[in-house]
Amino acid sequence: MSRSAPDRVIAPGGGTAGTTRRGQAVKFAVLVVLAAFFLMPMYVLVVTGFKPFAEATAARAWLLPQAWSTEGWAAAWTALAPGLWNSVRMVVPAAVISAVLGSLNGYVMARWRFPGADTVFTLFLFGMFIPYQAVMIPLQQIMVSSGLMGGLFPLILAHTVYGIPICTLIFRNYYASIPHTLIEAARVDGAGLLRTYAHVILPVSAPAFAVTLIWQFTSAWNDFLFAVFLTGPRSWPVTVQLNNVAGSMVVPYNQQMAAAVLASLPTLLIYLLLGRYFMRGLMAGALKG
Amino acid sequence: MSEATTRSGAAAAGGTGPRRPRTDRRGSRGARLVTRVRSWLPSLLLVSPSILLIGLFVYGMIGWNTRLALSDQHRPIDDGSFVGLDNFIALWGEARWPAAVNNAIVFTVVFVGGALLLGWLLGLLLDKGIRGEPVFRTLFLAPMAVSFIATGVVWRWLMNPAPAERATGLNALFVHFNLDFLVNTWWTAPDFGMAAMALPAIWQLSGYVMALFLAGFRGVPEELREAARVDGCSEWGVYRHVVMPQLRPVTLSAVIIIGHMSLKVFDLIIAIAGQQIVADVPAVYMWSTVFEVRDPAKGATIASYLLIAVAVFVIPYLVWTMRKERSEGR
Repeated sequence: MSRSAPDRVIAPGGGTAGTTRRGQAVKFAVLVVLAAFFLMPMYVLVVTGFKPFAEATAARAWLLPQAWSTEGWAAAWTALAPGLWNSVRMVVPAAVISAVLGSLNGYVMARWRFPGADTVFTLFLFGMFIPYQAVMIPLQQIMVSSGLMGGLFPLILAHTVYGIPICTLIFRNYYASIPHTLIEAARVDGAGLLRTYAHVILPVSAPAFAVTLIWQFTSAWNDFLFAVFLTGPRSWPVTVQLNNVAGSMVVPYNQQMAAAVLASLPTLLIYLLLGRYFMRGLMAGALKG
Repeated sequence: MSEATTRSGAAAAGGTGPRRPRTDRRGSRGARLVTRVRSWLPSLLLVSPSILLIGLFVYGMIGWNTRLALSDQHRPIDDGSFVGLDNFIALWGEARWPAAVNNAIVFTVVFVGGALLLGWLLGLLLDKGIRGEPVFRTLFLAPMAVSFIATGVVWRWLMNPAPAERATGLNALFVHFNLDFLVNTWWTAPDFGMAAMALPAIWQLSGYVMALFLAGFRGVPEELREAARVDGCSEWGVYRHVVMPQLRPVTLSAVIIIGHMSLKVFDLIIAIAGQQIVADVPAVYMWSTVFEVRDPAKGATIASYLLIAVAVFVIPYLVWTMRKERSEGR
């Protein structure tokens, strides 16, 4: 349960005791081959995206474009722009609200427990694993009968609520690592629950907020199931629009591939720029915070 | 104290309790209970919005879904009276359901097994550190940041089952290198097509398993490895007898996470195969039942089966984890 475990992944590797130069070379070669396997789809996406319409054919499937063209990107952008904007408008509030609720919950679960807190926490965690199919029909019926269907609200609500468990878990594990003495001191000074939170806990919460916000951003951005049954055409987020573009027989490959790259850029950029926080969210899912 | 008291109802309810003069309530047991309640009531209040939301949207909705699954509400005009387990039994009499379950099992076995093996191998290769390690790590994990829908776009192209002369993806590559015997129909093959369908899922998630294992490998104290070396263990022996046994909890976590994702797989199938029956899985079957056939009771029944399948191994896992944590004094 050591908190440092996830960070170790980021840390440079341990000693090389016992490994020969030759062994290193073999390992390196194997890794390069595997890297090629991992890069293959990315190569296809980018290269095909840059092909002019006439070149995106079976015969030239794996070749570089003869004439590099941006027509695929332009067409993909036109098709996806409304969806990208919907995704932003949906993901930001969902991420912020669930992170704030997660922070409050995590604080209580780690530092200011009430009787039965463990049970409540376990019940929360189960919410992280449930197949969303099991809440899909009632959720849709509620949204329809309350007249909320049509805008982005149902989707924001769903991502907020079903994001609470993982946010709570991340914050709880993070707060559990704050020295007891700090909180005890505040309590002795007569600070109550909220004052301790505002003056002791919140000021040191930035890293955990970064983790939860990034995690929530990524999972809400990439979600398809909720998006497709809780929104209508006007408020389709980017995953649904991408699926429509790519599922159509008439859309040429260069546009499909370019659209897939465009739809993935925000989360990929976050991963590349803030990989450390992305990783911690990932590891929290394994309950090993 | 007064400042906190006026600040909010929650604080006023007792966050400042311990500091008040106690002499007047030390006496009776009832008064002590009041003090205790006052010490935890604010924290309960703070969590109560989330308890309400989770209670309603997780457990309430699961309850509603279960009730629907136990009813005969197959069309809008049906009154939805209780029919017990009829729907659960009837599902097995249809051709599509056992086939979908079978597909999900093939997919899960290949996906979980494949991601675990590849992730473990990647973790093992990177464990001792190697030139360019950060680049490899970043690369192997990158697919995880991308949606299944986007992954599906490119893999549908890569696994295009069109005949060799029109092939676009891997088949075209095989033909080019004169490896024609490798040309196949990928996910459209009956019976084991779902094994091919697991390939993109493995590509997407083995980096995650790698990260888990890498954290696990590096969590094993160096002294432990050193001790085994001193005892004459070869480097492989150290892994076999010292490191691997320490990785059981990590492996379990990985199996639970990959496994529960696998059982409810939906996006990936939709993105690659659409709703073609050959790649049917329970989540896709439920989708068409609810939104095309419009049979809520049957849809809810499929959803219940999915929930049961996930709960069967997630609940013991959660209980085990919480117990372990408590025994470790968290």
